[in-house]
Amino acid sequence: MIAGISIYEILTLTSILFFIGVYGFFTRVNLITVLLSIELILNASAVNFVLINTYLFPDLLQGAVFSIFIIALAAAETALAIAIIINLYKIIYSVEVKDTEVMKY
Amino acid sequence: MDILSLFVIVPILIVLALTFFAKDLKQARLISVVGMGIQFAMSINLIFAYLKERATNTDIMVFTKDVVWFETFNIHYSIGVDAISVVMIALTAVVLLAGVFISWKIDDLPKEFFISLIALSSGVFGFFISTDLFTMFVFYEIAVIPMYLLIGIWGSGPREDSAMKLTLMLMGASAVLSVGILGIYFNSNADGGPLTFNIFEIAQVNIPVAAQNIFYPLTFIGFAVIGALFPFHTWSPSGHASAPTAVSMLHAGVLMKLGGYGVFRIAMYLLPEGALNWADFFLILSAFGVIYGAFGAVMQKDLKYVNAYASVSHLSLVLFALLMFNKTAWTGAILQSLSHGLLTAMFFALIGMVYGRTHTRELSKLGGIMKVLPFIGAIYVITGLAYLGLPGFSGFVAEMTVFVGAFQHPDMFRRVLTIVVVSSIVVTAVYILRMVGKIMMGPLSNEEYKDLPKATWFEKAGLILLLIPVILIGVLPLGLSEMIKDSLQPFLERLL
Amino acid sequence: MDFSYTILIPLIPLALFVVLGIFSKKIPASISGWLGSLGLGTSFALSLYTAYHYFMDGKLEGVYQTFIYKQTWLVFTDKLHIDLGVLIDPISVMMMVVVTSISFMVHLYSRGYMHGDDGYTRFFSYLALFSFSMLGLVLATNLFQMYIFWELVGASSYLLIGYYYTKPSAVAAAKKAFIVTRFADLGFLLGILLISYYTGTFNFQDLTSEEGLLIAGWGASASFMGLSVFTWGLVLIFMGGVGKSAMLPFHIWLPDAMEGPTPVSALIHAATMVVAGVYLVARLFPAYYFVDEGFALQVVAYIGALSSLVAALIAITQTDIKRVLAFSTMSQIGYMMLALGVSKYEGHDGLGYMASMFHLFTHAMFKALLFLGAGSVIHAVHSNYMKDMGGLRKYMPITHITFLIASLSIAGFPGFAGFFSKDEILVAAFESNKLIYFSSVLVAGLTAFYMFRLYFNIFWGEDRKYKHTPHESPLTMTIPLIFLAFMSVFAGYIPFSQFVTADLTPFEAHLNIPLAAIASSVGIIGIIIAFILYKKPSDLPERFANAFGFIYKWIYNKLYFDELYIFVTKKILFGVVAFSASWFDKYIVDGSMIGIGNVTVSVSNKIKGMQSGKLQDYAMSFVGGIVVIAMIVFYIWIN
Repeated sequence: MIAGISIYEILTLTSILFFIGVYGFFTRVNLITVLLSIELILNASAVNFVLINTYLFPDLLQGAVFSIFIIALAAAETALAIAIIINLYKIIYSVEVKDTEVMKY
Repeated sequence: MDILSLFVIVPILIVLALTFFAKDLKQARLISVVGMGIQFAMSINLIFAYLKERATNTDIMVFTKDVVWFETFNIHYSIGVDAISVVMIALTAVVLLAGVFISWKIDDLPKEFFISLIALSSGVFGFFISTDLFTMFVFYEIAVIPMYLLIGIWGSGPREDSAMKLTLMLMGASAVLSVGILGIYFNSNADGGPLTFNIFEIAQVNIPVAAQNIFYPLTFIGFAVIGALFPFHTWSPSGHASAPTAVSMLHAGVLMKLGGYGVFRIAMYLLPEGALNWADFFLILSAFGVIYGAFGAVMQKDLKYVNAYASVSHLSLVLFALLMFNKTAWTGAILQSLSHGLLTAMFFALIGMVYGRTHTRELSKLGGIMKVLPFIGAIYVITGLAYLGLPGFSGFVAEMTVFVGAFQHPDMFRRVLTIVVVSSIVVTAVYILRMVGKIMMGPLSNEEYKDLPKATWFEKAGLILLLIPVILIGVLPLGLSEMIKDSLQPFLERLL
Repeated sequence: MDFSYTILIPLIPLALFVVLGIFSKKIPASISGWLGSLGLGTSFALSLYTAYHYFMDGKLEGVYQTFIYKQTWLVFTDKLHIDLGVLIDPISVMMMVVVTSISFMVHLYSRGYMHGDDGYTRFFSYLALFSFSMLGLVLATNLFQMYIFWELVGASSYLLIGYYYTKPSAVAAAKKAFIVTRFADLGFLLGILLISYYTGTFNFQDLTSEEGLLIAGWGASASFMGLSVFTWGLVLIFMGGVGKSAMLPFHIWLPDAMEGPTPVSALIHAATMVVAGVYLVARLFPAYYFVDEGFALQVVAYIGALSSLVAALIAITQTDIKRVLAFSTMSQIGYMMLALGVSKYEGHDGLGYMASMFHLFTHAMFKALLFLGAGSVIHAVHSNYMKDMGGLRKYMPITHITFLIASLSIAGFPGFAGFFSKDEILVAAFESNKLIYFSSVLVAGLTAFYMFRLYFNIFWGEDRKYKHTPHESPLTMTIPLIFLAFMSVFAGYIPFSQFVTADLTPFEAHLNIPLAAIASSVGIIGIIIAFILYKKPSDLPERFANAFGFIYKWIYNKLYFDELYIFVTKKILFGVVAFSASWFDKYIVDGSMIGIGNVTVSVSNKIKGMQSGKLQDYAMSFVGGIVVIAMIVFYIWIN
C-alpha cells in the first residue's frame, strides 16, 4: 500500500500499459516487437494481480503468487517464441508478420 | 472365450498376424485364407450350435453375454444371436472366404489390402452379433470406414471421387442414424427405468408415439442409405464400379445387407408405432426403387453398373418385404438378403475375372467370351439365370416368399404395390439376358481375346464356394426358411 | 394301388442332367448319347407301364381315381405351402407317355443329327434337363409346382434355342423366347397369387373339387371390373399358357425359336413344351368351366380359334420350312385350345376336352415326325429354305414316306390319326359355337394346303444344285421316324374317350360321319390345290401372291407383330421409360447428391478468406469478439 496513491491511479497505469501492449500486438510488423507487446500485456496483468492483492486483500497472498507464475510463464513463453522465430528466420529469412501467412487454409 | 466374440477376435488376430508376420503376397494370402477358412468353419459350426441350442432355449437371443463397457452412459458390450444374425454371419463368412480367393493375385500392396479387408470384416461380424445400440453403431462404423481406403487405394477408374462420394454419403447417413439412435436412447427411460442402449430393454419400454414418429424415419433412412434406398442409392453404382473385385463382392454382398438388418432389428423393432405410421411412405419409395433400379440396369453400358443397379432393385425388394409386416414377407426379405448377397458376389467376381483378362467392362466391347472361357461363361450363365429367379436357385425361393408374403396383406393398396413389384421379374430377365447374351454369347468381339487365360483353381474355388449355398438354398429351402421364421415371432408381437 | 415309383420317371433325366452337365468335358460323345437314350428309354418304359397299369386298374366304380404323392418343399403361411410330388390322373399319365416317348425318340435321333458337334454332351445334358422339367410340370400336384417347372422348361428352352451360342440370331431368338414367355409368366404368377389369396390353397385337387369351387363362388364377392377375382385369376393364369403355347398375342417367339437344333424344335417347340398351356387349362378345367359360368373358358376358346386361323394363314406364305412347321404348330395348338374352350363338363358333353387331349396326343406324334423329317432334310441339303430343295424323294425314300404320312395325318386324311382327333374337335365346336366351327373348318383346309405345299416343294419338283448329292440319314435317325410314322397312323385308333375325360368317367365317342366328311373333303381340296400349284414348278404361286398384293405382304411379314413389339419395347419401354429413368438418376438424383457436395465446397471457398493466416487478424477478431460479448453481457446485466 503506497501512501498518497490510490488504487485507481495504478489501475489507470496498468490499463494504459495493457492497451499499449494490445496496440503493439496488432500493429507491429516485426515478430520480436510483437513479442515485446505480449510482454507488456503480461506485465500489466501481473501488476494488476499484485495491486489488487495489496489493496483489497492485504492478508492473502494468492495475487502475489500468481504474479510469480505469470513471470515464469512469460519467461517460458518468450523462450519458446524466440525459438520459433529463430527457426522461422532460418527457413524464410524474415521475422516479419506478413511473411508468416503460409499456414492458412 | 464364447462362440460369438471369437468372430470379432479372430479377424483382429489375423490382422495382427498379417501386420507382423506377412512379408509378401504369398504369405499375406496364406494367412488370410487360413484365417478366413477358420472363420468359415466357425460360422458353419455356429449354425449347428445354434440349431442345437435353439432346441432347448426359447429366448429371443441365444449365446448371450453382457459386459459393462462404459458405465456412465450404460453402454454394454452385449451380444447374442437369433436365426437372422446366424445366417447373416454365415453369408459374411462365405463371401469373405470367396473374396480372399478372388484376390489371390492382387499385386499392389497385398498385405495392406488384406489387412483392411479383414479389419472391415470384424466390424461386420461385430455388427451382426451385438444387441447393444451403441456397440452396434461402433461396429457399423468400423465396417464402413475401411471402405474408403479399399476403394481409394486399390480401386480403378475415378477411384478417389467414388470413394469420397461413397464415404461421404454413408457418413452422412451415419450422422442421421446417430441422431436416431440417441433419440431412442434418451427416450428409453419413458417408463421410469434407467437410460439404456440395450435393444431388449428398450423393447420393453413404451417410447412415446410422438418421439417414435420423429426418430423412426431418421433411423430408417440412416440404415436404408447403405441398403440403397431410392433416392439415396447413387453412391453404389460409382462406388462398386471403382472398387476392386473383392471389395465389390463384400460391399454388395454383405455391407449393403447391414441396411436391411439394421432397419429390421433397430428401426422397426424398437419403434413399432413409428414403423406403422411411416410404412406407406417408405413402401412407396422401396417399391419404386425395385422398378427403377431394374429399368436403370437396362440402360447401363458398364457391367458393374448393370450389377449395381440390379442390386438397387433387389435390395429395395428386401426393404419392401420388411415393410409388409408379416412373417412370410420377412422370411422372404432375409432369404432375399442372403440370396442377393451370394449372387451379387458371384457376379462381381465374374465381372472381375472378365475385366482382369480383357481390361474392359463395356458391354459393347465384349462378346463371345464363353467360347474362350468355358468355365467362367457357364458360371456366368448360371448366375444370370439364378439372379433372374430361376427355380432351383436361391433367388426364386426368396422372391416367391416375398411375393406370396406381400400379397397376403389384407390392405388393397399393398397388394396393388405388390403387383407392381412382381412385374420387375420381367425387366430383370431383360437386363440379365441382354448382358449374358451380349458378353458371353455371340461371335468373339475381338480377335485378341482368343487366347485369354482359362480360369485358375482359386477362381474356380471362389465361385464354387458361392455357388454351392445358392443351389442348396434353391433346392432345399425348407429348413432354412423355417429356421428364420421361428425367430420372427418377437418382431411380429412388437408390431401388432 | 401304388404309383409312388412314378417319381423315378422325372428323376432319371435329372440324374442324367447332373452327371452329363458336371462332367460334360470328361464324358466322351459316344457314351453320353447312349447314356441319355438309355435313361429316357427307361423313363419311357416306366411310363408305358404306368399307363397300362393305371388305365387298366385305376378305376373305382367306373371313375378314374387320382393318386397323389407329395412332400412339402417350402412353407409360406399356415395354409399356403409348396409341395413337390406327383399327381397321377388320366391327363398326367397321358402327357407322361407323350413326353417320354417323344423325348426318347429325339434322343435317339439326336445321336445321328448332332454327330460330330462340339457340344454333343452339353446338348444331351440340356435335353435331359428339359425332359426332367417337363415331366415335373406334367406331374405337378399344385399350381406352384407347375410354376416352378414352367420356369424350368422356359430356361431349358432358352438354353436349347441358344445352343449354337456363337450365332447372334440364335442368341437373340433364345432371349426373345425367354423374355416373351417370362412376360406371360408374370400373368401366371399374378394369377396364382390372386387365387391363392382368396382360396388359401395351391393344390389342384382343392381348386378343382366341389369344395374349392364353392370357395371360388365366395371369392366372387370380390370383383373387379364386373368379373369376379377368381375369373381374373384364371384369365391371368391362362396368360401364362398363352405365352408358353405361343397363342396370340404372345406367339412371336415361336418362329424365331426355330434357330435351335431341329431335334429341339421337335421335342420342345412342337410336341411337349408348347402344349403346356393346353395342359394347364385342362388341369384346371373344372375351375374354368364352373367359375362365372365359364367366362374364362370363353376367352380360351376365342384366343385359340383366332390363333389357329392367323397362324394357318401365315404358314401359307413362309418359305423357311421350319417356320412353316412352327406356325402349323401354333395353329394346331389353337385347335386344342378352342376344343377346350367349347367343351362342357359331364359325360358326352365333355367331348371337347377329350378331343383336345386326343389331338394333343396325335399332334405330338405327327408334328414331332414332321420336324424330325424336316431335320433329316436339312441335314441332307444344309439349308432351311424351300428354294434350296426339290426332288428329294429319290434320294431320301424313308424320310419321304414318313413325311408324307405325317402330312396326311395333320391334313386330316381319313384313316390317319389326325383325322380322328380333328373330327372330334370339329364335332365339339359344331355343337357349341358355329362361328368357331366355321373358322376351324377353314383352318383344316388351310392346314392341308400349306402342308402339301411344303411336301411338294421338298420332295417333288426339280432337283436343285446340291453341293453334294443328298443321301438318306443314318439308321439312328430313321428309326425314330418310322416309329413316329407308325404312331401317326395308329394313334387315331386308340379309344381315347375311354381313358381321358373331363369328369374322369369314360364315355363312348363315335365318329360323326357328315361332319367328318365335310372336314376331310375340305382337307382334300386343300391338298388338290397344293398339288396343282406346287407339284410341277410353275409361276402360278407367284401370280397368286401378286394378285393379293399387300395382303400377301402383310401376312408374309406375320401381320407385323414383331415390328409392333419391337416398337413397344425398344421405343417406348427402353427408349422412353428406361432412358428417362437413367437420365433422371444421373442428373436429378445423383445430381442433387453431387450438388450438395458442390454447395459445401463453394460455401467453404467463400468463407475461407477469413482465415487470412495473419496472426494479428486473428487476435483482432478475438478481441473484437470479447468486446462484443462483454457489451452484450453488460447490456443484459444493466437491464
